[in-house]
Amino acid sequence: MTDLPITTTTASDRARDIRAAVESRLKIRHASERRFRLYGQLAIAIALSFLVVLLGRIVTQGASTFVVHSISVQVPLDPARIDRTALEGVNYDLMVADAILAKLGEKDDDFGTKSEAVKDLMSPDFGFQLLNMIKADPDLIGKTVTVSGPLRANADLYFKGEIKRSSPEEERTLSNQQLDWLDALKSSGAVKTGFNFGFFTKSDSTEPEQAGVLGAVVGSAMMLLVTAFLAVPIGVMAAVYLEEFAPKNSWTDVIEVNINNLAAVPSIVYGLLGLGLFINALGVPRSSPLLGGLVLALMALPTVIIATRSSLKSIPPSIREAALGVGASRTQAVFHHVLPLAMPGVMTGSILALAHALGETAPLLMIGMVSFVPGVPHGFDQAATVLPVQVYIWENASERAFHERTAAAIMVLLVFMILMNAVAMVVRRRFERRW
Amino acid sequence: MLTWIVILILAALSVVTFLMGRRKALASAGGSPAKMHSLPGYYGTYVALWVGVPAALLLFVSILFGGRLEHSLLITNQPPILHQLSVEQKELFFQDAQALAEGRQTSEAVYEPDMKVALDAKANEAKGYVTAIKQGTFALMAVLVFAGFLWTFPRLNKDFRARNRVEGWVDGLLMACSIVAVITTLGIILSLVWESLRFFNSVSPAEFLLGTHWSPQIGMRDDQVGSSGGFGALPLFAGTFLVMMIAMCVAGPVGLFSAIYLSEYAGPKARAVFKPLLEILAGVPTVVYGFFAALTVGPIFRQGFNSLGGLFLGGPLNELGLYLGQVQNQMALVAGVVMGIMLIPFVSSLSDDIINSVPQALRDGSYAMGATKSETVKRVVLPAALPGIAGAFLLAISRAIGETMIVTMAAGLQAKMTLNPLETVTTVTVQIVTLLTGDQEFDSPKTLAAFGLGLTLFAVTLVLNIVALRIVQKYREQYD
Repeated sequence: MTDLPITTTTASDRARDIRAAVESRLKIRHASERRFRLYGQLAIAIALSFLVVLLGRIVTQGASTFVVHSISVQVPLDPARIDRTALEGVNYDLMVADAILAKLGEKDDDFGTKSEAVKDLMSPDFGFQLLNMIKADPDLIGKTVTVSGPLRANADLYFKGEIKRSSPEEERTLSNQQLDWLDALKSSGAVKTGFNFGFFTKSDSTEPEQAGVLGAVVGSAMMLLVTAFLAVPIGVMAAVYLEEFAPKNSWTDVIEVNINNLAAVPSIVYGLLGLGLFINALGVPRSSPLLGGLVLALMALPTVIIATRSSLKSIPPSIREAALGVGASRTQAVFHHVLPLAMPGVMTGSILALAHALGETAPLLMIGMVSFVPGVPHGFDQAATVLPVQVYIWENASERAFHERTAAAIMVLLVFMILMNAVAMVVRRRFERRW
Repeated sequence: MLTWIVILILAALSVVTFLMGRRKALASAGGSPAKMHSLPGYYGTYVALWVGVPAALLLFVSILFGGRLEHSLLITNQPPILHQLSVEQKELFFQDAQALAEGRQTSEAVYEPDMKVALDAKANEAKGYVTAIKQGTFALMAVLVFAGFLWTFPRLNKDFRARNRVEGWVDGLLMACSIVAVITTLGIILSLVWESLRFFNSVSPAEFLLGTHWSPQIGMRDDQVGSSGGFGALPLFAGTFLVMMIAMCVAGPVGLFSAIYLSEYAGPKARAVFKPLLEILAGVPTVVYGFFAALTVGPIFRQGFNSLGGLFLGGPLNELGLYLGQVQNQMALVAGVVMGIMLIPFVSSLSDDIINSVPQALRDGSYAMGATKSETVKRVVLPAALPGIAGAFLLAISRAIGETMIVTMAAGLQAKMTLNPLETVTTVTVQIVTLLTGDQEFDSPKTLAAFGLGLTLFAVTLVLNIVALRIVQKYREQYD
């Protein structure tokens, strides 16, 4: 240092230089600080905007499902057209179509093209209604009866603005004439707009306007019942064993590593397990709520075990020791004192695990739950469908009207999940004790 | 029906023996519980357990395997007329015989008159087996009930250590429950390995893992076009990798930065609002993400790329414009981005935990040296948390590889070796779903291939999980 030709700077000079350097850098550092903070805020904003877009899209796509356009028609049951010996074979749809044509003041040509076109606007359910009415009371033949029901999905979509008159006629599923009729029916007040109760009281159907979620909701409930009855008791008892009774040795280490890994196994692998083990080896009926419940129970098991263990861990040892001190056995101490205190945590964890199981789809596809199941399942070993799979099936359907129903089914599914999560939160808030 | 009555009887017997055992033990102590070794209820429970549980287990096993036993008894003795049937027809024949015997719905197969006679004969035989199995079970159950009673009841007196015995049962039950988890793993491994071995009998593992041609359609006739069937899974692995990379490009930065913001910058109030909101994103079922990808993100991306391609048309980038103009709804980018959205809360909550477990002293030391917050995060907190965050990313990658619904609904079915995110790709999970959700017989290489893919998927995710969990655990121990 000393032999260098140094410019003489005093200590105070150097201090000033350093301060100047620091201050000039400070700006940069603060700018970078602000930038970094902004990245964080941006990340949160991005994540939340995804959430808003996701939920918003589903609500905007699905909301129109809850509105339905229905029509009431007075159909004269012409005895000449009804063969009393073969009630099933009568073309009731045509009679309904003719009744509507009469209402519109149109005359059909000899080939029946107009009535065919009208038939395309009506749900085939009208025909079944007439058939059932006549079956119940054959005296109705010759009289005029009133049937009411939803319009065909395409007509419904026109009223909802999904099918536009402005688009070229050949690209639409409805012709100009059909649109004119629909407008006429609407302006004459024959078409009524109302809340779609049918969506909640009917099950899957090949006709979009007849399809509802009831079967799927019941199927989901049954499956979840099986899952809850298996996963919760077994999971809780396994956790109690591992936490309170198991000796610490390599065997329990194996079980622990095993449980942690099971929790991260892809869900589709559980579907393969269900197919290979439950269907092929044990002969559990395919696509039944029992089978789905079994598979989902195995999937939910690790989550329940982990939640229960952490809840048991949080109970202070003094509780256990006090029980042992007054002469309780280890089993009594656990089952009379520790476990009841851990119950809120156990319930919260179990409900969350079940809510997760409710939304699970992939393993259920493997065990044959994708089949079309009309109606509500009657037993645990009958074919059933569940909400998330119903969503998947409808999403794959080609008719456009199923798309809004898919979104509506998602809304139903989300409502159930939100309810379950809310229950879990209430349980946690109300009963959890901090030690 | 009969089974239900037997179950009721068994339950009633357990209750009765409980009361009997309790009374006998009390009587032996002269009616004073204070002189007994255990509380009176334990004596009753002990007897009831021995009476009820073995018989109930037997009934359970019989219900579980009775049908199999019946089936194997049925096929031991086959009438000569059956020799003209193919293997599947035979299988159907015996299933129908069993169904007839139990009064269930038979298949829609139509039988010739003489075949029908054979069927009815077999159905009768099956009926005989059903009754025999049932009666045998019930008889054995009665024996077990008696033996259990005789084994326990005479030994009861006031000094009998009933509580310890009952607790032995409880311990056994608890242990059995904890073994269920191990059995599940074994079940997964066994069923995957078993079916995969059958698959690898017809397709060599080397061809499966390294082959580049995937077309699992096995033709109905030998001369059919494309009937050869290709089982080279490399394109699937490439597709899976591509989607996973895109997902991590979205989830990694967004998740990590939101974790940093939540743990280092946000106040307790903001945290209390944002964290649950992010958790909602985690709770949304994957099928909903799939729907979102297929019907919202897919069309938006396609339109965006198509109109972008329109800008290039006629210019120097005409080729690119033409390519962008014909991009489809289903592409790796859509599936990847939506999967990334799904993984954001996963990455963020794991990283948040890990950043939070970095000791405050490290931060305080850094602040004391005059570092700003971001410098502290970048130079102190993140390096300290790096192993844990790496573990969290590995777990997220394992999730992305195993995710099924989003790719099934948004990625497509064409197996292509490509790293172009605008192409339709297919993944391992998509192929498992498509191979197993059609109507096909179970033993074809086509369905068995799904198990081969499943085994690969399971092995890869297992390794990732073990490594990641080990890293995270090590990291936690470091600061505990």
